[in-house]
Amino acid sequence: MTFSAVDSWWWPFLFILIAGWLATDAWRFLGVYLGGRLRDDAPVLVLVRTIATALVAAVIGNLIIFPSGELADTPLWLRLGAALIGFAAFLLTGQRMIVGIVVAEALLLFGIYSL
Amino acid sequence: MTPSQHVDIQRSRTGWYLAGVRAAFSLPGLILASSFVGFAALAKAAGLTIAQAVFMTGVIWALPAKVVLVGAIMSGSSIFAAAFAVALSSVRLTPMVVALVPELRGSRTRQLTLYLLSHFVAITSWVLAMERVGDVPRDMRTTFYAGLGSTLTLGNMVVVGVVYALSQKLPPEISAALFMLTPIYFLTSLWASAREWATHLAMVMGLVLGPVFHVVLPEFDLLAAGTIGGFSAYAIFSLVQRRRPAT
Repeated sequence: MTFSAVDSWWWPFLFILIAGWLATDAWRFLGVYLGGRLRDDAPVLVLVRTIATALVAAVIGNLIIFPSGELADTPLWLRLGAALIGFAAFLLTGQRMIVGIVVAEALLLFGIYSL
Repeated sequence: MTPSQHVDIQRSRTGWYLAGVRAAFSLPGLILASSFVGFAALAKAAGLTIAQAVFMTGVIWALPAKVVLVGAIMSGSSIFAAAFAVALSSVRLTPMVVALVPELRGSRTRQLTLYLLSHFVAITSWVLAMERVGDVPRDMRTTFYAGLGSTLTLGNMVVVGVVYALSQKLPPEISAALFMLTPIYFLTSLWASAREWATHLAMVMGLVLGPVFHVVLPEFDLLAAGTIGGFSAYAIFSLVQRRRPAT
């Protein structure tokens, strides 16, 4: 039952619906069900926010340390250095996102071209 | 309600929908679109058709889940293994929605509206909503989020289709820079949207624990990093709050 197992036009779409749509929206719908029981100042929401944030941060960490595509061909120290210095620039300029992003991308591209 | 009041509410509802649309045309929206340029290239390289790539963008929407699904398709996984991998990578959507729903809900919001809107939840729209929804009148928040979420989703379906149709192979340096854009953007926006220092602490823990558990517990890395990082940040936060109730 792989993506190319059934030779018809609709099978890949059914595959995407089951392995993709159902596997993501089920979690979103569960969130609406559970969130509907909470007031917006419920203390437990701090815990929910820390868990949600740690999960998203884990995605970010993996994207930098274990990247996909052409980024995987760059050295780890370059990616880590670019991200850390970019983040420091973001903090030092009063949390201006564009500064952090431009600094990190400039360092990464400079590193790629000069290596 | 007099007819003129009714017209006023109608007008402001359209106005708030358009405010949500405008919020999508912003730096975060632009960066997300660039990430979808990278996804279109990935989908094409994986052998998906343009219709499948656009369909996937609309029905899954969350970018990490799509990358996982394309990876599973490329490695020839069965539909069950693929669904399991995507489900594991998407558990984080539940606490994100739980945190967002009480912010969006007004006094007369229907449950069905919230279920439909929840489909638009992914990192970018969530961060933007958590950041800006406080400035929107409570009864207009679902309208604002509908404008924001639908524009981001439909807009990026268009981006994926256009890039897929036009793309030659990108130079590797540009491709690497595009793949770096997503994490560095998430890094700064997630920090900027945090409400209390407990969330900042949780973010630092997640950043470190994610890669650690990727090596130690590869199947459950996000889940382990999220629950352990989230619970410990919350525990430290509560201990400090209890010791200093004045702050």
